[in-house]
Amino acid sequence: MRKVTMALGAVLASLLAAPAAFAQVEVDIEGGISEPLPIAVPVMPTPQVASTPAGATDALGRQLAEIVATDLRNSGLFKPAGPAGLPAVAMAQVQAPDYAAWSGAQALVQGYVRAEANGTLTIGCYLYDTFGRTELTRQGFNVAPAEWRRAAHKCADAVYTRLSGEGAYFDSRIVYVSETGPKGNRIKRLAIMDQDGANHRFLTNGQSIVLTPRFAPNQQSIVYMSYANERPAIYILDEGSGRSRLLVQNASLTFAPRFSPDGRYVLFSMAQAGNTDIYRVPAGGGSPQRLTNAPGIDTGGSYSPDGSKIVFESDRSGSQQLYVMNADGSNQTRISFGGGRYATPVWSPRGDLIAFTRQGGGTFRIGIMSPSGGGEKLLSDAWGDEGPSWSPNGRVLTFFRSAQGSGRAQIWSVDLTGSNIRRIPTALDGSDPSWGPIRP
Amino acid sequence: MTKISATLFVAAGLLATAGCAKKRPAVLPPAPGQTVDPNAGIGTGTGTGTGTNGVVPGSRADFQQSVASDTINFGLDQYDIDATARQILDSQAQWLTRYPNVRVTIEGHADERGTREYNLALGDRRANAASSYLATRGISPSRITTISYGKERPLALGSDEAAWAQNRRAVTVVLQ
Repeated sequence: MRKVTMALGAVLASLLAAPAAFAQVEVDIEGGISEPLPIAVPVMPTPQVASTPAGATDALGRQLAEIVATDLRNSGLFKPAGPAGLPAVAMAQVQAPDYAAWSGAQALVQGYVRAEANGTLTIGCYLYDTFGRTELTRQGFNVAPAEWRRAAHKCADAVYTRLSGEGAYFDSRIVYVSETGPKGNRIKRLAIMDQDGANHRFLTNGQSIVLTPRFAPNQQSIVYMSYANERPAIYILDEGSGRSRLLVQNASLTFAPRFSPDGRYVLFSMAQAGNTDIYRVPAGGGSPQRLTNAPGIDTGGSYSPDGSKIVFESDRSGSQQLYVMNADGSNQTRISFGGGRYATPVWSPRGDLIAFTRQGGGTFRIGIMSPSGGGEKLLSDAWGDEGPSWSPNGRVLTFFRSAQGSGRAQIWSVDLTGSNIRRIPTALDGSDPSWGPIRP
Repeated sequence: MTKISATLFVAAGLLATAGCAKKRPAVLPPAPGQTVDPNAGIGTGTGTGTGTNGVVPGSRADFQQSVASDTINFGLDQYDIDATARQILDSQAQWLTRYPNVRVTIEGHADERGTREYNLALGDRRANAASSYLATRGISPSRITTISYGKERPLALGSDEAAWAQNRRAVTVVLQ
């Protein structure tokens, strides 16, 4: 995707600096129960209706606005109106909004869609403060027709980041395990989708159990575990070619793979004669380097975003607890001390929090704590919530929720305040979600 | 025998590089009550203890009929071999001593009350505990492979104590 430099860039810069605009429409993100910000998202007009592989441009203008509104609504920070039921916007009004008509909302997203002679689409995206009557940001995207939804996500990201101060996360994907079949013989397939569930695609055929996929930082490959040939082991799937290769040759059980933040290494666990330790290996293959050697089960390692530390779980104390160590395995320090068991730690991409699964009282719940173990907070309350994964901005967690009895699992997400818990729609059941980075 | 092993090894190596190649589900847990070999009647039938109704000596069906059980169970988050499990494994060791060319896979399983990756390690612990016990009874470790299924293949499908107790298990499967 190519970001279009819009005209009036200098004007935009001065508008962004205008303090009056800030105070009126900023979203309060600290409290978990703040009122969502009313924002209007009318249909994006087109200068000339044209037929494209993604559909006619006037229909696209409606769909783009729908995606922007849905993204903003799903964040829990906005209360969008439209595009249905809102007045039509003329092309001439896109950059000169009729503020009086939008006084019911605090902010307004307008845009347009134009088919270019070279077969691409240009989508303009403008955010206005309806009280301050000022433009807050504008962005333009030139995309291949097949990527039209990404332009809508980028537009929503521009609105979200400008009004919340948080990083972008709508233009991102989730890789997960699609599940079907009876509880005793689940068929599991790797699947990939946009964060809103669109563009769903299977990556494996279900002949082998697959588990715990994770994106490479460059998103070109996915590391996962497979029971191919009844030899449970870690594989790396190249998304472009669709081919998988075995990561560690001639090993016993290898599992729990995670990329390092620079993508050069894969952290993983290896069980040998009943003892499990954490290792790292070059992503291209090579000799594993052992990082832990305590008797017991050390697994679930996850790098800090700067790559200097690793959080992992170990039952060396008698039950699963969380530990932090340096990337070379030194200075292993326990950080969790609450009741029950702690598992599946994942370091936030912002570095400030660690999410985990906490088991106790017959339930699994998702929680967060600081890397030093302070400020523990549980975010979900169900029978079987497991396996959190951070959104690229470190603001939202996705996880899977298993039903008592049937064992059926589905993908959910929750804001790190514990609010806005919601299901991410998938056609079949789903587990082991891993949220990928923001797309370039 | 040596030649066969080498061939199998090469074949396994090829498969391992093939990614998601199709594989028979032969080492999955047998369905409850599945103790009769479909090939029963072909063999000669010899005195292997209980089942002499035409079961091939040294076969999977023979194993199922001859041993106290193919499955041992564990306590919650445990992997120690208790007295009941010892009795079962002793019967398996006796049978394996009788058929020194037979190889087995021991599958380790966990109930659904552990997280996925921890349970893979726990299943590995259980399979290895059973394997180690058989080794103390004179069964060569070279005849035993282990595989952990974690919580991926429950036998009992409920979410209650009785189901969980059944699912915490190590199952010995004769390789044919």
